[in-house]
Amino acid sequence: MPDLGPHAAFILAAYGFTFAAVAALAFFIVADDRKQRQLLADLEAKGIRRRSANTAGASKPARGRKP
Amino acid sequence: MPSLANPTRFLDLAGRLIPWLAALTAILFAVGLYLSFFVAPPDYQQGETVRIMFVHVPAAWLAMFGYTLIAIASLGTLIWRHPLADVAAKAAAPIGATFTLVALVTGSLWGKPMWGTYWVWDARLTSMLVLFLLYLGLIALWQAIEELGRAGRAAAILGLVGAINIPIIKFSVDWWNTLHQPASIVRLGGPTIDSSMLGALAVMAVTFTLLFVLLHVMAMRAEILRRRVRAMQQMQVEHAALAET
Repeated sequence: MPDLGPHAAFILAAYGFTFAAVAALAFFIVADDRKQRQLLADLEAKGIRRRSANTAGASKPARGRKP
Repeated sequence: MPSLANPTRFLDLAGRLIPWLAALTAILFAVGLYLSFFVAPPDYQQGETVRIMFVHVPAAWLAMFGYTLIAIASLGTLIWRHPLADVAAKAAAPIGATFTLVALVTGSLWGKPMWGTYWVWDARLTSMLVLFLLYLGLIALWQAIEELGRAGRAAAILGLVGAINIPIIKFSVDWWNTLHQPASIVRLGGPTIDSSMLGALAVMAVTFTLLFVLLHVMAMRAEILRRRVRAMQQMQVEHAALAET
């Protein structure tokens, strides 16, 4: 680490805040992603299926959508 | 492109993209930090504090990029009613808000040693604060309206109206006398920053952009799954009600 001079505290605080903010954001996004996957897996384990999954291949696809 | 805009295909693509994006972002972050602290020289006027630029400037760019993305997605919601458009807009709001906050805080920490103050109500700083408030407004709007269609349309209108702030931020330093310096990178006549610093800034800008894309793809995936969970929970309630009758 180079000598950051008399304003080292400002430089380190700027980088520290950036890392903390991005890490907190990433943590919440990953936690939310995992929570939704778990909820989905629980519902599927109970035999619940989405309507589109139930009717896939049986009904005419909506305009502009893949079947 | 139309096939990627299908939520199921998007989930499939996201699953394959995320590990590569995460690895590339981590590698570039390490390179960017090395260039920022060990290769880029101190500025002849600002000394070592110029190193704050390597996080402040990319964060500010991504703050504006995030809102531009929301404005484009808002068009997709209002005009084409595309199922992924409001998912993209909703997922981008907290990420854009975070990058805006990073730009504001690192700018303050750069301003104190250089300008002698953490904050001044000049046009650039104030318009960035307005951008942060717009992001908070969008997040609050999504939380306040339960019905997804109505929430998406209301947020899309706010997203489009708020987009007027983006050119104001960009040109604020030209239109008004500001303490904030004028554009020194994206300007007619080329960058005024020395190439020894420009390399580090470019790597950090690419890193922050990849980080934004990575977080956005993950947040979009979580939002699509949340909507599926919600639909399935409603079906579960309907099945339970039918079983009782």
